[in-house]
Amino acid sequence: MSPVGKYLSALVTGLLFAFGLALSGMTQPSKVVGFFDFSQGLQSWDPSLAFVMGGGMLVYMPVYRLVQRRKRPLFEERFRLPSRRDIDARLLLGSALFGIGWGLAGFCPGPALTSVGAGSREAIVLVASMLTGMWLFQRLEALRATRGKEVTR
Amino acid sequence: MENFTPFQSLLGGLLIGAASAAMLVLNGRIAGISGITGGVLRMSRGETLWRALFVLGLVGGGAVYHALAPEAFTNTLDRSWGALIVAGLLVGFGTQMGNGCTSGHGICGLSRMSPRSLVAVVTFMTFAALTVFLVGSVFGGAL
Repeated sequence: MSPVGKYLSALVTGLLFAFGLALSGMTQPSKVVGFFDFSQGLQSWDPSLAFVMGGGMLVYMPVYRLVQRRKRPLFEERFRLPSRRDIDARLLLGSALFGIGWGLAGFCPGPALTSVGAGSREAIVLVASMLTGMWLFQRLEALRATRGKEVTR
Repeated sequence: MENFTPFQSLLGGLLIGAASAAMLVLNGRIAGISGITGGVLRMSRGETLWRALFVLGLVGGGAVYHALAPEAFTNTLDRSWGALIVAGLLVGFGTQMGNGCTSGHGICGLSRMSPRSLVAVVTFMTFAALTVFLVGSVFGGAL
C-alpha cells in the first residue's frame, strides 16, 4: 500500500471539490443568501443551492451503497466513517451556531477556503476567523477533558 | 428566479459528489471540509499531512479557477469586516461543536441516511434562513 496514493488522492479530490464549488456558484455568497431569502417572493428566489446538494447526493448515494460491500478503501487499511446515531445538545447548538454564521456572510467552510485561493479579501478574513473559532472549540474541549479527569481522580 | 443557475449548479454538484465519492473509495473518509480542516489544527500524528494536502487542493483549485473565470468569485453582499469576523468565528466554532458542515452532514451524511446529519442539516438551514431574514428585515440587507 502506497502512501503516495493516499496523499495524491487527497490533493486531487480537494482540487476537484474546489472546481465543483466554483462551477456551482457557491463561491458567490449572494447565491447562498439568495437561497434563504424569500423576502422578495419567488421571483428573486435562487434555488441553486438545492441543485448543488442534490447533484452531490446523486453521485454519492449510489457510490456509498456500492462501497458498503467492500472491505477496505484503496489507499487505507479500513474505512473511517461516523457511526453515532444519537442526537445531543452539542449537535443542535453547534449546527445552530454554524447556521447563523453561514447566513450572516454566505460562506460555509468549503467555498470560504476555495475563495481564499481566488484571493478574496473577505474570504481571507473569514477563514482566519473560522480557524480561530475551530481552535477555540478544540481548546475548550481539551480543557473540559482534563478537568473531567481531575474530578474522577 | 432571475439568478437561478440550474445547469451549472447541478453540474458543480455532480463534481462535488464525485470528489466526495473519490475520497470515500480511495481513502475511506468522509469528505467533510470542516472536519478535515479542523483535523489539521489538531496536529495528531499521521492525521495532518493528507488533511493539509486536501485543504491545499481546495485553495489551489480556487486559484486555478479564478485565473480562468474570476467572475465565479463575485461577492456582492454588503458585509463589514466585523460581520465577517463574527461569521467566521461562528462557522468555525459551530462546525467543530456540531461535527460537520454542508459537505459532511449535507452531501455525505444525507446520502448515508445518518439521523444526526439530517438533524444537523435541518438545524443549520433553519438558522441560516432566520439569520438572512433578520439581516434583511432589521438591518436592511447590510451589516
